[in-house]
Amino acid sequence: MVQTLARSESRLKTRPALIDGDFHNEMNSIKDLYPYLSSRWKTHIETHGVRGPGGAYYPRFMDHREDARPPSGRVSGSEVGWSAKDYLDPYNVAHAICIPLTPAGRQLNFELDAALASAVNDWQINEWLNPEPRLRASIACSIENPPAAVAEIERVAHDKRFVQVQFSGRPQEPMGRRKYWPIYEAAAKHGLHIMSHAFGSYGNPITGAGWPSFYVEDHVGPAQAAQANVVSMVTEGVFDAFPTLKFVSVENGFGWVPSLMWRMDAAWSLLKSEVPHLKRLPSEYIREHLYLTTQPVEEPHKPGQFADLMEQFGDMADHIVFASDYPHWDSDDPDFALPVGLNEEIKAKIHYENGRKLYNL
Amino acid sequence: MIEAQINDDQRTAVRQSVIDAAIHNDVPSTRALFPYLPAFWIEHMEQTLFKGPTEPYYPTNSPVAARPGSRPNEDEVIAPLTGRSRAAAAAGPTPASAVGVVRREILDAGAEGAVLCSPYPIDSLHNPDAAIALASAVNDWQIAEWLDKEPRLKASIVVPIQIPELAVREIERVAGHPGFVQVALPIRTAHPLGSRIYHSVWEAIERNNLVAGLQFGGMPGVPPTPSGWPSYFLEEYVDMAGVFATQLTSIVSEGVFDRFPRTRIALIESGFSWIGPHLWRFDKEWKNLRRLIPWVKRPPSEYVREHVKVTIQPLDCPTDRRQVMQVLDQLGSDDMLMYASHFPRVHAGDPEDRLIRHLSDDVAQKVRTENARALYGF
Repeated sequence: MVQTLARSESRLKTRPALIDGDFHNEMNSIKDLYPYLSSRWKTHIETHGVRGPGGAYYPRFMDHREDARPPSGRVSGSEVGWSAKDYLDPYNVAHAICIPLTPAGRQLNFELDAALASAVNDWQINEWLNPEPRLRASIACSIENPPAAVAEIERVAHDKRFVQVQFSGRPQEPMGRRKYWPIYEAAAKHGLHIMSHAFGSYGNPITGAGWPSFYVEDHVGPAQAAQANVVSMVTEGVFDAFPTLKFVSVENGFGWVPSLMWRMDAAWSLLKSEVPHLKRLPSEYIREHLYLTTQPVEEPHKPGQFADLMEQFGDMADHIVFASDYPHWDSDDPDFALPVGLNEEIKAKIHYENGRKLYNL
Repeated sequence: MIEAQINDDQRTAVRQSVIDAAIHNDVPSTRALFPYLPAFWIEHMEQTLFKGPTEPYYPTNSPVAARPGSRPNEDEVIAPLTGRSRAAAAAGPTPASAVGVVRREILDAGAEGAVLCSPYPIDSLHNPDAAIALASAVNDWQIAEWLDKEPRLKASIVVPIQIPELAVREIERVAGHPGFVQVALPIRTAHPLGSRIYHSVWEAIERNNLVAGLQFGGMPGVPPTPSGWPSYFLEEYVDMAGVFATQLTSIVSEGVFDRFPRTRIALIESGFSWIGPHLWRFDKEWKNLRRLIPWVKRPPSEYVREHVKVTIQPLDCPTDRRQVMQVLDQLGSDDMLMYASHFPRVHAGDPEDRLIRHLSDDVAQKVRTENARALYGF
């Protein structure tokens, strides 16, 4: 049985400020978007529903922490006031980046998708950014229909509280593919990052060897999906075309980064004639452009191995940003996420400075 | 515990003997298989455009596909060269396609023995009869042209994994030959290899006391990444490590090691520096989510360290010795790594220089010979 423990008020007075790179502003239901949708789309949704490519649903055991549920009984994370009271206030969260998980960006019907994306962003402005100045947000857009995505980015980018463009973890094509470049161009123009949040699917099996059977496999898989997207962004030359672009990988883990850099450099040293447009070592692009959030934090088997990992990151440890994933079932508590004994300077940067620099806060 | 020792004697001494855990022997030409094919298929291949699989796991002329000196000399080639495309024939005999070149380049150059793992892409054939006919022909060709001619070699059974019952039938047909120690499976399959769809194959592998050799490559018809098809072979090549990780997740989650406890797996050309962090994540999620996989009674990392060995190339390692030792510490086992040349493939970095010389004598010996000896029975 889940018990809610009282949070000590005294925590707030002594704890340092935190920046959270993965905060979920949840809908109680799709009806939360109705004020921002035309009646044509409300009727459509009520009748024909929302429809993405099927087959990618692996039932979870629970989505959200029950102890984060607002007193109203609405879904955990769906009320800005309660999220502030339950999490932002007691943990002294100076800023949190909203990542809305909605049907927007996943629809087969592109007209519906565009309407949903605009609705999500308007909902974010009105019900999250306006009432809560500590928040920043990710732009929902139709990533699989780049002209519509660009239009939506252009529509809201003047609002500097939007800090990044949101991709799911497993889009229809590897993220570096030319299809998505108009989105990167628009993002770069407006100083927005590109953010890939774990999970999701646009029709491909969720692994490179077909469809797994169990939810645990879905949950271990984001590291592999993220690596394929990072490899694609680097190899296709996205970071040469858009040198200011930053790629933020959220909820995909980060233990894989050093080995990927070693592997990519070795492979490129042999195969570089296939990609003559790449002028630099792949690891250089990764070190410059890739940022990662901590949750679910790596739990190495031995004390000291986390510090080893930070050593392998080197300067790139400054690219690691704390994330809670509030209020999901596997969210990380800021007080317990990073291992005891981790260098205090690195810990402090992960909790605050790295996020502050990344998001210009 | 893995300790680093830089032994000056090791550096200057003659290269130590190794057991080469993976040589990718290739079929020299379509006609080379004719002695082992039924008349129906010979006729079909002579009269139609079908000459066998056309989609190799490595692009034929890719810089990573074949090193210099890997083509047999003309006198080492037993079968006639006809049956290949003109371009392929003009390039010379197919790399690694005759026992003579493997003797010359590997066995007589310091390898006590070697394990063949053919990359012949049976899995790319949709026609099940073609798949089984060609798999059988490749295995009979391996017996006649490799195993019966060179006692220092062991080999892998090629099977049509896309139709598990046919794969089982082929394993049963040839597993009795003492030279076959392994079943070659491509790491890219249409379904994750732990799936119950393949349990009859795992059962046959275990019952015949063979190793499951999961190798780089595969042509299953599903995309090689969770986000579809990448543009460049470089990407597919790098992304293959992710497929290896995915398959370990599946094999453990689906209870292959629980249902078939004597299962032994070799990861062939997977790299190993990603394994430690993958096992951290997998153990963590197992703790949270093991309710639906209750047969997995111990942390996944324990299963992997017990049942799985890995070839050491591609090294994909840092150059800094201290970080190399960290990678090995993350891997968490002295018994997993096996030296392999992956002849005729090209890899970056010299394994002795980049890895083995950092190890204690005991562990170095395990990597050079003893882990492969234990796995393959040399």
